[in-house]
Parts: sequence; structure tokens; C-alpha cells
Amino acid sequence: MNQGISNPASRRAFVLAGATIALGLVSGCSLGGSVSFNGTDITGADFGRDFRLKDPSGQERTLADFKDKVVLIFFGFTQCPDVCPTALARAAEVKTLLGPDGDRLQVLFVSVDPERDTPEVLNAYTAAFDPTFLALYGDADRLAETAKEFKVIYQKVPTGDSYTIDHTSVTYAFDTEGKLRLKLSHSQSAIEYAADVRKLLHSA
Amino acid sequence: MKQFIRTFTAAAVLALSAGSAFAQANVSVKDAWVRATVPQQKATGAFMQLQAASDSKFVSASSPLTPTVEVHEMAMQGDVMRMRQVPAVELPAGKQVELKPGGYHIMLLNLKAQVKEGDTVPFTLVFEGKDGKRETVDIKAPVKALTTAAKPAHAGH
Repeated sequence: MNQGISNPASRRAFVLAGATIALGLVSGCSLGGSVSFNGTDITGADFGRDFRLKDPSGQERTLADFKDKVVLIFFGFTQCPDVCPTALARAAEVKTLLGPDGDRLQVLFVSVDPERDTPEVLNAYTAAFDPTFLALYGDADRLAETAKEFKVIYQKVPTGDSYTIDHTSVTYAFDTEGKLRLKLSHSQSAIEYAADVRKLLHSA
Repeated sequence: MKQFIRTFTAAAVLALSAGSAFAQANVSVKDAWVRATVPQQKATGAFMQLQAASDSKFVSASSPLTPTVEVHEMAMQGDVMRMRQVPAVELPAGKQVELKPGGYHIMLLNLKAQVKEGDTVPFTLVFEGKDGKRETVDIKAPVKALTTAAKPAHAGH
């Protein structure tokens, strides 16, 4: 009476079922279902297409330089005591959570404070979080163009005899083909970010 | 009789000191820290936990590190971060109020030198009670790494 998997027909069915499930797991979501991300899916967006900014060595960089990597890009400034260090610390944690996949992550930090953020400060700043993180900057005009392209707001606000900068604090994620895919919120965690980056890395 | 007087005196002293404690701000400062900077970085923040025994306000801070010390509040409006100087931080009696990333912090501006992990930064904090009386508290805040995260990895939601 015991059919179990000792019965050849049942065993075949069992193996077939197992194989289907395994295939589904490995290929992720391409089995007809759609991918769900923690960030906002903006695949197909007509903005945030590219940038042309300098890295701290003065070299001009564009998105194409980071082909085959998932890019996380964040706009901030070094005199930001709270959101920017938190965002970069989270990005460093994401890289750690990715393990060996971390080598295929590129984190970019775009300065919205060209008056105070010199290449030297920017380089030291991102390096403190991870040596692979790259700061990018441009003059006032180039920054304005880039921010517009990425729908990023930034505004100088006087405080005492100095100033702070209000700025959009989202992180954008590009896939390995340089396509803008996600908008991740500052309120989300490293674990949520890492899960999305992993999906982008393995869905190509 | 002597015993009675002794007890009465002790009780009176206790009552009097308890009374005066409620009449002025009585603030405790815990877990203060300053975020380290990289060379040439001109500003950073200090964070801590405050608790007042009676309704009070945190009104100002100063430090030998820089003449420009302000109390700020960070607020997210949608996806945009805004930071504003605030004249005071309310400390309702008995409530723990945190100056932490995502909320209030002390802003140190126009830094003349790098703030290094492992250093200590002295602060004089000024509080004001409901009666307008001011109280100062001196603290020494350790400098923690620039990369100090606001919360641990597993605190996602």
C-alpha cells in the first residue's frame, strides 16, 4: 500500500517536480513572474541616463566606465553629518553583505557642494568608507545639468555664518548594462539594498 | 527625643533636597559621541542621549574645538533631506531625548583641524528649566569612526 517514491512512476514525477522547482529558483524570476524589488522599480525611465563628471584624479568618467557592475549612485556633500555618512556606511555594508559579488558593485558619491568639496576631501571621504567607492564632481553648471538629469534637488541654506545643503537623498541603482533600474530610499536598510543589488547582478 | 530630632532632621533635609531638585533642570547626558572627519573636512556632528528630571530645554552648546557650534534638526521631506538650526530641543520631564542620525544633532562647523577617531571633544551644554534657570553640564565626547552606521544591519523594516 505504500506508494512512496520507491514506485518508479512516482519517483519520476518527484524528480521532475524537483527539477522544475530547482530551475525556477536558479533562474530567479524569468519563469514568467516579474521581479519584485525593495526599491522602487523605475526600469525604462527616461531620465538618469548618464553623467559626465570628474573623479578626484581629474579624469572624466561616464556610466560606461562601470559596465558589468551594478552602480549605486548617491548625491551628497562631505559637510553633511548625518545622511551622507549613513548612506555611505550603508553602501559599505551592502558590499560586505554581497560577499564575492561585492567586486561587481560600484558605489559613486556625487558632490552637490562644489564650493567646499575639493577633490582631496572627496577622495579621503569616500576612501574612509571603502577604497573602491568613487567620488565624482563637476563645476556648478555641470552639477546643475547632472542633478536635473537625475531629478535630484539640492539647495544651499545659510546656517550661522556657514551653510548647509538640502538635497535629495535617494540612491539610484543601475544594472550591469548601464540601465537605470531602481530608486532606493534612505529609510531602507543595507539588507534591503543588498537583496536588490544581488537581483540586478544575477538577472542579466 | 534625640532620636526623634535626628530622624526629623534627616527627613527634613531629604525633603528639602528633593524639593530643590524638582525646582531646577536636572539633566543627564549619556552615550555622547562625535563623528570623525577626514583631513580638510570642515564640519561634523555630535550625538547623545539627554534626559531631564523636570521639563527643560537644551538651549546651546559650546566647545573649544570650534567657535561655531549649533544645534540642528534633520528632517526628511519625502526624499529630500533638510537640516535646520533649532533654538532649543524640548526635554519633557523623564523622557529620553536622542540626538542621533536622522534627528537632532550638534553641528560643529568651520573646523580648523581633523577630528580623529580616538580623540575626545569637550562640550559645555546649557539647559534651561521651566523657571528660566540655566544649568550647564560639561561632558567629554569620544570621537567615533566616520563610518559609524546609524543602526545595525539587521534592523531593516
